[in-house]
Amino acid sequence: MSFRDSPFGEVKVPLAWMAAVAVIVAIVVAIALLVSDRRETFKTEAYGVTREVTDMVATPVSGAVAAPGRWSGLAMENVQAYFFAVSENRRLKKELKEALQWRDVAIALKDTNQRYEALMGLKTDPPIVMVDARSVTDSRGPFANTRLVNAGKERGVKPGNPVMSENGLVGRIIGVTTNASRVLLLTDIASRTPVMIDRTNARAVLTGDGGPNPKLEYLRGRNPVKSGDRILTSGDGGVLPRGLPVGTAVKGLDGRWRVILASDTAPIDFVRILLFEDFSQLAAEQQKELDAMEVPAPSEATAQQLQAVLKARAAIPGAAVPVAAPPSSVTAPRTITTTSAAPAMRASPPRRPAARKPAASKPVVASSPAPTPAPAAPPPPSAEVPF
Amino acid sequence: MSLSSARPLAPARWIGIPMLQVVFWTLIFAIPFRVFSLQLPEPVFCMVPVFAWAVIRPSILAPFAILILGAFLDLYWGGPMGLWAVSLLIAYGTTLASRSMMVGQNRAMMWGWFAVSCAVAMVSGFLLTRLDAKASPSLIAVAWQFLATILLYPFAHRLVDRFEDADVRFR
Repeated sequence: MSFRDSPFGEVKVPLAWMAAVAVIVAIVVAIALLVSDRRETFKTEAYGVTREVTDMVATPVSGAVAAPGRWSGLAMENVQAYFFAVSENRRLKKELKEALQWRDVAIALKDTNQRYEALMGLKTDPPIVMVDARSVTDSRGPFANTRLVNAGKERGVKPGNPVMSENGLVGRIIGVTTNASRVLLLTDIASRTPVMIDRTNARAVLTGDGGPNPKLEYLRGRNPVKSGDRILTSGDGGVLPRGLPVGTAVKGLDGRWRVILASDTAPIDFVRILLFEDFSQLAAEQQKELDAMEVPAPSEATAQQLQAVLKARAAIPGAAVPVAAPPSSVTAPRTITTTSAAPAMRASPPRRPAARKPAASKPVVASSPAPTPAPAAPPPPSAEVPF
Repeated sequence: MSLSSARPLAPARWIGIPMLQVVFWTLIFAIPFRVFSLQLPEPVFCMVPVFAWAVIRPSILAPFAILILGAFLDLYWGGPMGLWAVSLLIAYGTTLASRSMMVGQNRAMMWGWFAVSCAVAMVSGFLLTRLDAKASPSLIAVAWQFLATILLYPFAHRLVDRFEDADVRFR
């Protein structure tokens, strides 16, 4: 039975009014969607199944759609490279000459740096694992600046991971699904990134506004920034690692300090996702690295020295005899380090070696600058045996 | 004026196919492509059917089609869910309400009306973003997207021309 034959076929419905009601209903639904949106949170469940499915479907589709553009871009690059080969060659030779000079400086500085690290027992951050990905979509409007990249859960990507191009920081991951991740760019209006000015060490918050140059907000101090200053991530808050290049400071037309993004100097077709979550992850990795170190067993002389210290301690009347646990492979070298290299710091807990220096290559005992003197006299009662 | 006396205007033809075309062009313009360090513009292709559907005739299906298009933009561009859906529906509602003033005007005037419709959508998006993100989007970025979008009027004109006479009750 068709609609016209039914009893409702003769019901008169004013179409214009019905259309208006439909508009209102649709607006109400859309507002409900907007109010329930929790895009910016770092929680995976906040991203939502709908977005995950969309990203999962959009990634291969957009990848296929973008392929001709990518190929034509490569073709144009090749043509450019062909026609500008001579000038490019001159430029590269000049750069190489400068780079060789910088290499010598870098070697010297690296050596100095290593010595300082060893002297101070400085804990440097372990290298962060990275995942390469290709950008398949790019939204660059005023209300959303995101990218879809073709690496997801299966490669260990998580919400909050920083994303870099070859030139600098691009943004951070806000949504992950199988084979795809959504990157919130630094230019997005929801993006807030703690940064510092390299020259003055002043802190600021990089705030996106949908334009190409995000703003530097919450700048403190007197003249903390000037045009051309290099901007790096500060690592404050522990969301991003410290020292990632962000861009260069510039005064905007509106009188605000803005940043010309380093990542904007070249197409962001390939990116690197740093599998960095927060600083507790770095601490855990350092601990894992330390646990994996092979510590050499104490030598004969060291064992004798330890015995002598224990005997001297036992000879003092009233002094508690420490529990003479057999010197383990971990505690003994630590004792030697603090006793020989830094006698003034006996009361402080023993320092661990720098994480980047494997113990096998530089054993603690071997690196002692002076041989450990045997105690000629029993130590005073207040002295502590550092173990 | 009633549904029972409506002349059949196949929704697949004047709503379905334009929707698919808009989705296709949105996909194309979202590819990360640069020529001599210049990016592609990002016009809101959905404004073409939004304007044309309101001008052609009032419809019950069109608002829900716009809701779907808006949700698609939000999901695909990664913006707050519902932002473009609300903005496009406000623009559609405004155009529908002022439809009687537009019908029958020449092309240049209609282009102006299209620009007004786009401006309504952009201003709605701007205000909603301010509420949502508690920050003001760049007016220059909004202006660029507005300019890129109003250049799409010829496509809207074509769609209106094609279906304007399909239902004589709304001429």
